[in-house]
Amino acid sequence: MAIEWLLQPLQYAFIVRALLAAVMVGIVCPVIGVYIVLRGMAFLGDALAHIILPGVVVAYLLGWPLALGALIMGTVAAVGIGALTERRVLKEDTAIGVILAGLFALGVAMLSATGNYAVDLTHFLFGNLLGVTLTDLRITFLLATFVLLTIVLFFKEFMVISFDPMLAITLRLPERFLRYLLLILIAVTIVISLQVVGVALMLAMLVTPAAAASLLTRRLHSMMVWAVGIGIFSGVTGVYLSFYLDIASGPAVVLVATAVFILTFLFAPHRGMVWQRA
Amino acid sequence: MTQRSIRGISHQPASPCLQFVDVSVAYAGGSHGRTTRNGRDLALQHISFQVESGQRVAIVGPNGAGKSTLLHLAAGTIQPTSGQVQIFGTGPGKHICIAYVPQRSQIDWSFPVTAADVVMMGRAGQIGLLRRPSRQDKQVVEESLARVNALPLAHKQIGELSGGQQQRIFIARALAQKAELLLLDEPLTGLDMPSQETIFAIMESLRPDGVTVLMATHDLTLAAEHFDQIMLLNREVVAFGQPTAVLTPENLLHAYGGRMSVFMQTVAPTAALQEQPHGH
Repeated sequence: MAIEWLLQPLQYAFIVRALLAAVMVGIVCPVIGVYIVLRGMAFLGDALAHIILPGVVVAYLLGWPLALGALIMGTVAAVGIGALTERRVLKEDTAIGVILAGLFALGVAMLSATGNYAVDLTHFLFGNLLGVTLTDLRITFLLATFVLLTIVLFFKEFMVISFDPMLAITLRLPERFLRYLLLILIAVTIVISLQVVGVALMLAMLVTPAAAASLLTRRLHSMMVWAVGIGIFSGVTGVYLSFYLDIASGPAVVLVATAVFILTFLFAPHRGMVWQRA
Repeated sequence: MTQRSIRGISHQPASPCLQFVDVSVAYAGGSHGRTTRNGRDLALQHISFQVESGQRVAIVGPNGAGKSTLLHLAAGTIQPTSGQVQIFGTGPGKHICIAYVPQRSQIDWSFPVTAADVVMMGRAGQIGLLRRPSRQDKQVVEESLARVNALPLAHKQIGELSGGQQQRIFIARALAQKAELLLLDEPLTGLDMPSQETIFAIMESLRPDGVTVLMATHDLTLAAEHFDQIMLLNREVVAFGQPTAVLTPENLLHAYGGRMSVFMQTVAPTAALQEQPHGH
């Protein structure tokens, strides 16, 4: 009975594709999300997600793969925000806020001029997991591999710049390069997740699993492992819920992740609310 | 002092460990980037001094005197507006022998790392990019933890440690880094007496290795008791030298102004010095 419940959706190819995409995003997002949570970059992540819109629209108008437009725009924005905050002309969140609103508005304006405004914008905002194509999967796989490989290679360096940037400088690590590299990885991750959860819910996929994981462990790599576990569980469960309850896939994934977070927040060993009260 | 061959830049044996030549900084790190040419906005002005290898120097002065800025200059994490900072004869930018132990308030103690992880971070420079810690690195981490008597704490998350233990872990990180110049930014603040004594005992144990120590501190009494030299700083070097020569009423009045109550005793001028608390 339960097996049947699990297997039945798998006879549809689009569900299988959706599950594969959800798993990949469920791995990459939480890994990058760990850095976002630890470094307090949630707002920046949210901004990058929105900023990508004009890139996507231009790619759409030119007939390019949407991911390519998003990738270019995301990388440019990541480096631009990095440079702006370095100059300290404005406070970081102010600078990000200005750029984010301006570029998102530009994207929406361009999109509204193309005609099928409502449908496309909805997909962009909330993702369309059930519409993932084979090409999307391939791109996602390539980009996800790139992100994860880079994290593995620079794991200890990213740990140092996140924990104590001064140490990174006195050890003469390429601190600036690493900081920008991490920004670019965040941008790439956002591009990957665009299809799954969309812009509006991106932040949940980046932050929520990592936040739950932070309550469960005391070491960086195990925090990542927990976050990935929660991410994959949320992705897969979300797809099934979407199938059976006929709700939009993106919100379904995010709601599962949020539920996991709430449970963790309440019942995490030693650190959960329940333990604190006892 | 041995010549260092691993990565980093080599040392010129004849040069002092640390030398400042007419160093000025236009504004404190972290404030706005509007540099004014108005002399009053200088965080540090015309700082010149040198420290030989193996010396222990306390940097004292009122809040905002530029103690942290001076340590950052020595570490090469900020650049002077004018003048030169030299470590063993060359700028600090390429040395990996400098360890900076930040103020405790600068660290996110909830970060998911153990004490051993923090000490291993000190090895990151030597391990090199794209490589994993070797057995030797792990051994260095263990030895470093043992030297600060913190081996039993190795697997605790850093937020679970006491203030004194946290400070010792960061000193162990400096040891793992094989630091020859140790910069400590207010490590004694908030520590009880036994923890402070432990820090000084560790400092004493570094003497045979020729490690040079600069420590920013508020505690004039401890500075006088435990350091070879004291630098009295208030945006400029008010006095620098042996404790008894530096901690004179005139110098202290000059550095602290009215915020200092000096109970002078003719025979032991440093014994009764205590800084008045001022909203710290």
